[in-house]
Amino acid sequence: MMKDMIPGFELIQPSSVEGALNLLEEYREDGWALAGGMDSLGWFKNRGKRPAAVIDLEGLDALRGIDETSNGIEIGALTTLTEVERNPLIRERFSLLSEAASKVASPQIRNAGTLGGNLCQDTRCWYYRYGVSCYRAGGNTCYAGATEALNREHAIFGANRCVAVSPSDTAIALVALDAEMVVRNSSGERVIKADSFFMEPAVDIMRMTVLNPEDLLIKVRIPNTWNGADFYFEKASDRGSWDFSLVSVASAIKSTGDRIDDARIVCGAVQCIPRRLQEVETMIRGQIRNEDTAAQAGSMAVQGAEPLDYNHFKIPLMENLVKRAVRG
Amino acid sequence: MPELLGKDFIPPDIRGKVTGAAKYAEDFRMDGLVYCRLLTSPMPHARVRNIDLTEALRMAGVVDVLTADEVPEQPGAATNILTNEPHFVGEPILAVAAVDETTAQNAIEAIRLDLEPLPFCVDPLESLRPGGPNAYLEGNTVVPRQGVQELKWSTEDFEAAEEGQLPMGEPGAEWSYGDLEAGFSGTALTLDETFVTASHSHHSMEPRTALAYWENGKCHVRGSTQSQSFVVPGLANYIGIEPENLVYVAEYCGGGFGSKGSAYPCMAIPAYMSKKTGRPVLMRISRAEEYYLGSARPGFQGRIKMGFQEDGQISAVDLYIVQESGSNGGGGDMGAAASAVSIVYTPLAMRYRGISVLTNTPPRGAQRGPGQNQIAMAVEPLLDKAARQLGIDLVAIRRINAPTNDSRYGASRQPVTSAHLRDALDMGAEQFAWQERRARSGQRNGSKIRATAVGQAFHSAGASGFDGLVRITPDGVLHIHSGVGNLGTYSYASTSRVAADALKYDWDNCQIVRGDSSLGLPWNLGQFGSNTSFTMTRTNYAAAMDALRKLKEIAAIEFGGSAEDYDISGENVFSKSNPSRRMSYARAAQKAIELGGAYSGHTVPDDINPMTARAVASVVDTGLIGVARDNMGQSGMVPALAAGFIEIELDVETGKVEIIDYLGVADCGTVNHPQGLATQIKGGAVMGFGMALTERHLYDDVWGLPGSVGLYQAKPPSYLDVPSEMGWAAVNIADPENPVGSKGIGEPLMGCSAAALLCAISEALEGHYFNRTPVVTDMIVNAYSGQPQSHTPLQVNTQ
Repeated sequence: MMKDMIPGFELIQPSSVEGALNLLEEYREDGWALAGGMDSLGWFKNRGKRPAAVIDLEGLDALRGIDETSNGIEIGALTTLTEVERNPLIRERFSLLSEAASKVASPQIRNAGTLGGNLCQDTRCWYYRYGVSCYRAGGNTCYAGATEALNREHAIFGANRCVAVSPSDTAIALVALDAEMVVRNSSGERVIKADSFFMEPAVDIMRMTVLNPEDLLIKVRIPNTWNGADFYFEKASDRGSWDFSLVSVASAIKSTGDRIDDARIVCGAVQCIPRRLQEVETMIRGQIRNEDTAAQAGSMAVQGAEPLDYNHFKIPLMENLVKRAVRG
Repeated sequence: MPELLGKDFIPPDIRGKVTGAAKYAEDFRMDGLVYCRLLTSPMPHARVRNIDLTEALRMAGVVDVLTADEVPEQPGAATNILTNEPHFVGEPILAVAAVDETTAQNAIEAIRLDLEPLPFCVDPLESLRPGGPNAYLEGNTVVPRQGVQELKWSTEDFEAAEEGQLPMGEPGAEWSYGDLEAGFSGTALTLDETFVTASHSHHSMEPRTALAYWENGKCHVRGSTQSQSFVVPGLANYIGIEPENLVYVAEYCGGGFGSKGSAYPCMAIPAYMSKKTGRPVLMRISRAEEYYLGSARPGFQGRIKMGFQEDGQISAVDLYIVQESGSNGGGGDMGAAASAVSIVYTPLAMRYRGISVLTNTPPRGAQRGPGQNQIAMAVEPLLDKAARQLGIDLVAIRRINAPTNDSRYGASRQPVTSAHLRDALDMGAEQFAWQERRARSGQRNGSKIRATAVGQAFHSAGASGFDGLVRITPDGVLHIHSGVGNLGTYSYASTSRVAADALKYDWDNCQIVRGDSSLGLPWNLGQFGSNTSFTMTRTNYAAAMDALRKLKEIAAIEFGGSAEDYDISGENVFSKSNPSRRMSYARAAQKAIELGGAYSGHTVPDDINPMTARAVASVVDTGLIGVARDNMGQSGMVPALAAGFIEIELDVETGKVEIIDYLGVADCGTVNHPQGLATQIKGGAVMGFGMALTERHLYDDVWGLPGSVGLYQAKPPSYLDVPSEMGWAAVNIADPENPVGSKGIGEPLMGCSAAALLCAISEALEGHYFNRTPVVTDMIVNAYSGQPQSHTPLQVNTQ
């Protein structure tokens, strides 16, 4: 249960990315990379995560900022969500991401929270956050998936022992934009496609991303692939602000006239990872963008959904959001 | 004509709040202060088998540990200060004092606590089933004068109810009036609906922190309460001292909403710890802890049968409520709900039955409109359902049933002092352009449907018999001693202005004395129950009248004649026949000291409360003392009534509700403080929107664990969820039983907005009645999609 009292830890504030990577390498599982703190501080206050050393990234200016490259843009992982939301270049080319960033939590949280933090945050399953010993916490059961469990916010796809969902609003936008995650550790750098960045519980139930303890998300690259596409982002939630998605959708659609040339459609809060709807994308490719196509897309999007006791509402909700995204 | 009442002003505590100089309980520090943290129960019901403190006490910086064995046990189904048998997750078992909070928390982690799990219950109906679990070892309900008893309904009781209907076994309370059978016979329409209203946490922004120390035989406590003087006897009792030995400071309160109206048990923990350690102790309660051990509004599982005549008049109501009363027996919500029905809808005949059931969830207590607001959410959409079926306008059906000055209240058919709900409805309909908006209500634009609706609510809002105390010092300043407390509504200040008006004082020459019992504060009712505007205007008026009488008597002593020969003006008392014979208030105050006796507080009226007598004694000979009990009499219940008008847009594909516009209209008698009232109307509306739509109160019934222990999980609305502009209005008709015409109003302002919003959602969904509140997103999506709801008809704590 919640303790609301941060335990002691060693706070280290490196002044270079290399220094930070060396520290992450040194501490591994006992280290914790702290960005905006919007997720981390909750864990610390609950004493649910107790790192020996917190590596505060605050001083790493190299990880901030938005730059134009020859093939798109790069966003430093420490760039705040407010900056992502307001940046003219992002708004001009990839308004899908600015829109997604603008829907995260509240203005105060967006001012402090970073893009990297939003992508790497842990799931919000209330049982897991409460501190029960579930699979994700290293235990041997799933409380949220049990009969009569209160699982209104949980997964309708891809449950595998764990039924938690990806809480990130920006993740679905970046998957839809074919973004790449630049990840570095003290041994080198690797680039990971956004749709391969998030971790399914079937692969590793205790991680939300492919990041290892010694890894740091450095920046996000968005290629110009979808520059000029028609974007749609919508987040359904209980409150208009300071809330996580019940279901969200991000889409990028390229058309010639009314005919759809190509599309990316990704849903959030329905699975442990951003759920890319490749079958729907394939189905609508070449179709006229109209109400019928939208309805077919919505219907196809929810095929195979497996609701829990309290979340079958997510099926029509997801269907509606996908329909709206395709309808535009 | 009053100079001050009815006008805006700057309440004296504003500056401190804006600048940050205001000191709330956790802002105090003292030399030698130690910090206290709580070890709370991880189980919904358990018994302590053993506590091993060895390792904790060995830790550097740990000062001491306080256990339940060292504090008095509270009788019956009450929350304990500390307990060896916790009845809800988060109930304090012991406290650790240390040099800092981190050390205290680390020590708590080092304590080896051996708990024996006991049966628990988070659903009242389950507890009423034969063989169902009890929240207490002794039973599941509180019987007056008998304590906790077991009450089970029979299998036949449960089988008698149709699927989804509330079973109605033996009640714990009941009353009726009129001929119920006749009321239901020959009606044009009868509705019989089962409903659930959820429990709601109080979400007070300031958690219930307390600091305590002992000095010269007295215990000093800095606490977080809505009330001031009313807290003292209860807190002294928890601490085990006489009220005169408690110094209580509560100058500011960061929200209570009913949960801090009186003393509460955990406030006493620092006092006991301080006594044990000999050091000042600060116990800060965290946000999550506030959700665990704070309190909540009781939820209802209810059933209501309403008979309507062809013109919409309600001829009969039969109401049954099962109240979820948490771990402490809850409050009187269910009875208050029934009484509210009797006055808001004035049925010709009515029966009420109710049973309060204990569960292993947080303590329940009054929350803004306790009972009245829950029932408004259940009944108001039903009223619309009836109106639609009878072909009556939604305002018209409310008008025909609305109370008047001749209406009667509750089981005892008590008269009312004044009731102008009909005027509020008329004023609201006009200002909200009701007909025009209704014409477009139901119109669809894509997936969005517009809807306009109205809601109403009530609360009894005034009391009498409390004391007022004012003091004119030789510098001419009027000191208005207020023991009511500072909930945050500024009504402590606006009601004080009555004394200034009565004595024709310049407000700049007045000071409100408050916030610290050692300053000499009278016995006043707590700041709850929407009573302050009515109650405190009366007490302050009574004290001012006493001061006025003494001013005139002193002038008569000085200049001759009798008191009746004198009048006041410009802070002078003068002879009516020879105005040159005048004496300033300052001089009169000096004269009062010289005269002594009642004039300067050496003697006091026999009928004032001992606390007030002590307050006077503490300021004796400091000036002219005006002190009196409010003996003005009260012939009936003081009804606060309110109507809310709303226009929304509902997106049926996403369940998103956008509030386009809102207008709240109050029947609060004469308006004391327009800006304060406007803030109450709008703030109440925001709170009501949360209660109707977004707030969550979750308990897993397998493990008894709470799922909403943070603001982001419990989801009260933020300022971004409501319109930036909302309208307000007041009928502004004086109540005849208040010297300045005032009535309270705070609570129904929440209920009417919640009801209006729920009615609007139903309206957008072609009259769909949800039988459950709040109407959260999944319910709207399921309803529109034609899917069954996830929450079975009588489930609780799942939303």
